Amino acid sequence: MSATPLLAVSELEVRYGVIAAVRGVDLEVHKGEVVAIVGPNGAGKTSLLSAIAGVARTTKGTMTFGGRQLNGVLPEDIVRHGIALVPEGRHIFASLSVLENLMLGATVRPSASAVQADVDHTFQTFPILGERRRQPAGQLSGGEQQQLAIARALMSRPRLLLLDEPSLGLAPAIVDHVYELLATIKDQGVSILLVEQNASRAFAIANRAAIMSGGRFALTGSPEVLAADERFDAAYFGTRMSGQVVGP
Amino acid sequence: MDRVVQTLVDAVSVGGLYSLTALGIGLIFGVMRLINFAHGELITATGYTLLALFGLPLPLMLFGGIFAAVLLALATERVAFRPLRSADPATLLISSFAVSFFLQKTLILFVGSRPKGVDFLPSLGSQVEILGARLQSLQIVTIVVSAVLLGALTWFLHGTRVGLQMRAAAEDFRVARMLGVRANRVIAIAFAMSGILAAAVSFLVVAQTGIVQPRMGLQLVIIAFVGTVIGGLGNLTGAALGGFLVGAGTILAQALLPPELRVYREAFVFVAVTLILLFRPQGLIPARGLKDRI
Repeated sequence: MSATPLLAVSELEVRYGVIAAVRGVDLEVHKGEVVAIVGPNGAGKTSLLSAIAGVARTTKGTMTFGGRQLNGVLPEDIVRHGIALVPEGRHIFASLSVLENLMLGATVRPSASAVQADVDHTFQTFPILGERRRQPAGQLSGGEQQQLAIARALMSRPRLLLLDEPSLGLAPAIVDHVYELLATIKDQGVSILLVEQNASRAFAIANRAAIMSGGRFALTGSPEVLAADERFDAAYFGTRMSGQVVGP
Repeated sequence: MDRVVQTLVDAVSVGGLYSLTALGIGLIFGVMRLINFAHGELITATGYTLLALFGLPLPLMLFGGIFAAVLLALATERVAFRPLRSADPATLLISSFAVSFFLQKTLILFVGSRPKGVDFLPSLGSQVEILGARLQSLQIVTIVVSAVLLGALTWFLHGTRVGLQMRAAAEDFRVARMLGVRANRVIAIAFAMSGILAAAVSFLVVAQTGIVQPRMGLQLVIIAFVGTVIGGLGNLTGAALGGFLVGAGTILAQALLPPELRVYREAFVFVAVTLILLFRPQGLIPARGLKDRI
């Protein structure tokens, strides 16, 4: 792991009106690393990813990626920096074909031949997408749509993949398959920032993890240590222990 | 037989015109969720450009008309609609009315409100005989131009990278942007294309009527808007179909109704529109998964 982080987030705050969804979050993701952020609904996990992806406006703090400032960069330029987001709920283009969805993932790539090579590679990695390449993406099952959303994000050849709740609404067997794919992506050297409610799944693949609650990181550390920490439940659900919110 | 052919050709030709107008509205609604009533002013601006350039060689007049419509479309996007992109649809709708009225009144200020004659493409007034029916060349040209433009637009949307980005933006602009689709570029291209469609409609209308007047575009746009609604707002195929049905329906009503009821032909068409919307409130071809625009 390199000393200089690929993504560095410092004192980040995201507000929606008077409500602070993310409050003073510090986060680093290094090259080739998987960092998991787990926490309940409304913890601020999606807002944090949205801020990094340029979709949500930050009100305080800084974000750098590969040494370049991300604050205020438009979403369409964030992907050009090398960050791709797989949003919660997949958000594939239902009326477009599987192949068209993949081609859109390659919007920032100039070389048509390299894109075609990546499409072929994608169909090897995700065979079901190859079989259904001409079908409207809206006809795919939930698990297939999740595969498509991940494959589409990879088409931009990101250095950092942001994944928002990849297991949400999927059957356990499908979740197994999705996480096998994430392990493959990790082995290819792509850094992953993974947001999940399903802590055990996320911890199984992560190098480092954080528990987010009430817009803050309540606990951070290695997944093994966090899972064994007696403060885990309190941190996850944001309850108070001895009158204090549990901190890192 | 010749009357049937004549009526059908008339219906297809008028349907084609409204189809092109509805597509111009549908393109902008797709990427911005904006019902752009100022589209009518693009048609009007082209008409007055033809008037201003009258006497010059035809290619120059055509180029000038297209240039004026595209320039005005881009200018309205940049000045009036871009600052309101994240506003709610009602605000966008009112702003489109405001732009439409502003352009119309400005035009009246400079050129007056009276219709002016333009003898544009008089040779298209000649008649040709097809299947025993005597048809105006202009009707054939209108059908051909409509078909060519519909074909070209279909090719653009389905055969080019920008077209794919535009279709994605029409379905979910937020996600399209996250994938790298540039909002400003896609919206500007959509406005430019609506300008080209408006210019083509204007050429055909001016050639048909031989006059230009400040409200010529708005009248077309209101009927075409009804077409986009019954076709399915947010779906371009639906817009083209809806525009065609309203235009062709009006002509068929004129031909099929008893003479004493022909004066009410629009009323019959709008009863049909109301019935369609009662049974298919989302239109004939509903748009799938419309999301927030940006």
